[in-house]
Amino acid sequence: MNMKKFSLSLKNLVRKPGRTLTLAFLTAFLALAVFGGSVVVLSLRSGLDSLEARLGADIILVPSEAQSKVSFQNMFLQGTTGAFYMDASVPEKALEVEGVEKAAPQTFLASLKADCCSIKIQVIGIDPEKDFTVQPWIARSLKRELGDMDVAVGCKVEAGIGEIIRIYEQRCKVVARLEATGTGLDTAVYCNMNTMNALLSAAEAKGVSHKIESGDSVVSAVYVKVRDGYDIDAVSSRLNGRLRKVTAVRTRSMITGVSDSLAGVSRTVTVLIAAVWALAFVILLLAFVLIIRERAREFAVLRLVGASRGMLSRTVLLESALCGLLGGGIGVGLAAALLFPFSQLIESALKLPYLMPDAGRVLLLAAGTVMLSVAVAALSSVVAAYRLSRVDPGTALREGN
Amino acid sequence: MAVKAESIAKRYFRKTGGANYFYAVQPVSLEIAAGEIAVLTGRSGSGKTTLLHMLSGLLKPTEGKVRIDETDLYSLDDRALSRLRSERIGVVPQGRSAIDTLTVLENILLPAKLYGRPLPVEGARQWMERLGIAPLGDARPAELSGGELRRMAIVRALAQSPDLLFADEPTGDLDDENTRLVLSAFQAYAHEQKKAVFVVTHENDALQYADTVYQMDGGRILDR
Repeated sequence: MNMKKFSLSLKNLVRKPGRTLTLAFLTAFLALAVFGGSVVVLSLRSGLDSLEARLGADIILVPSEAQSKVSFQNMFLQGTTGAFYMDASVPEKALEVEGVEKAAPQTFLASLKADCCSIKIQVIGIDPEKDFTVQPWIARSLKRELGDMDVAVGCKVEAGIGEIIRIYEQRCKVVARLEATGTGLDTAVYCNMNTMNALLSAAEAKGVSHKIESGDSVVSAVYVKVRDGYDIDAVSSRLNGRLRKVTAVRTRSMITGVSDSLAGVSRTVTVLIAAVWALAFVILLLAFVLIIRERAREFAVLRLVGASRGMLSRTVLLESALCGLLGGGIGVGLAAALLFPFSQLIESALKLPYLMPDAGRVLLLAAGTVMLSVAVAALSSVVAAYRLSRVDPGTALREGN
Repeated sequence: MAVKAESIAKRYFRKTGGANYFYAVQPVSLEIAAGEIAVLTGRSGSGKTTLLHMLSGLLKPTEGKVRIDETDLYSLDDRALSRLRSERIGVVPQGRSAIDTLTVLENILLPAKLYGRPLPVEGARQWMERLGIAPLGDARPAELSGGELRRMAIVRALAQSPDLLFADEPTGDLDDENTRLVLSAFQAYAHEQKKAVFVVTHENDALQYADTVYQMDGGRILDR
């Protein structure tokens, strides 16, 4: 297509803004649905992948009472605060069970929304030497181990590096801000076990008890990695049989619920995209047929002055593709304006892990959506272009007049 | 260059009536030579426009051949025929024939622009001057009167310096003065530049500019 014809098409579009914008907005509707829907589904998938990576264990051991006391699934997904405790010897006992390769303890403490604490958050104590789930994540933001009274904060905790936050009157220094995971883990604060013990004592002084019958030293959960070649269910059963008042939960069972919800949301979004696609295609098809009929005289004149059938078809296809390009851009822009500033709202409405894809992927998706819009617009004008190309210029002139 | 029609006819299918088709143009043979201006007259519906469209490469006859010099016009594929129309044939159609999104000058230069040929800006300006629409180059068709639009279409056809010029009721929207202006321009174009000109008209005034006159009725050429 040479520039002469391109400029003719461009003039047609620019000098008939009403017609151009109508077609562009029809395409924009399609682009909005495709881009918006895809970003939501991708964000949910990224959130789930992130959650899987962060849980990173095959089995989690929690006190048997934990399941009734607090939904620990919600602690991971939505960042609800809560705590439960069991004897600190559980990790050692778990390591004695056949098939267990690693057992890393974590201790939870919920701060209060009171004078003693800067913010109400979930505090998670880890043993950096044993931990294989949270420590690799922290290591990406902090090139050393967490020191005593140091904390690393999730990306949604409102505290900057170097800032001091008070937890039960204890001053903790923020030494790292962690990358987003799209899960409840983003709202937590992480410290080592010495800091956690100091915080537990301070909480005790404030009347927040963590005592258990067997002693003062406690943990909340133990993350277990099963040796290669061992059946996870079998190891889980052995742990349940061996450890009293402790429940072994397969992490996959936690993920499965999320995964099922994600599949449901994905299906709904996919069906919506398909419906919008079909609807927009039919509407565009009709619109192009009507517009071409309305422009019969104009095309007859083009034939009169020497335009071939191919030229007319290419002009129609080019104009519709340009409308698709404009509409695709508008649709992607609208979707971005709706999705990105309100991602927190979407996340809380969906109640699922939600992590926006990186900028490169978003740009790729945007480019793909615009290309799809161009293709759909061009495709929907094919019928009109074909019909146009079949008519004799003489007949077209008579019909045009 | 001359155009020659060899027993060309146009037949259309018809669902009602006795026969299942009718002739818009009965088989007709004629030739318009370079340097000649031919005028075709006849009542409405007599087949004049259909004949003009067949001669100018716009409508394929159902019978016969149209030759431009030795080239059988309708043996060419659409691409070649379209290019030939753009380069060597100028047509002034009935009714409005402006593209509304282009200016008057852009409309006039369109045939050359479509094929990326050098734009005949100077020729266009001279014809616009001669036909009295010189100040309207940047105007949009919607701003023009019927007579101005008609003259724009005539300039568009003439500005390309076609070997064959076909005009269908070119003076329909014009007053007497502009009618004379246009017809004398056609005559001069044929005689001075040795081009073939074919005019379809109701105007009896046009006959005095013609080298050859054809009359048509019921799809037949009656006499010469």
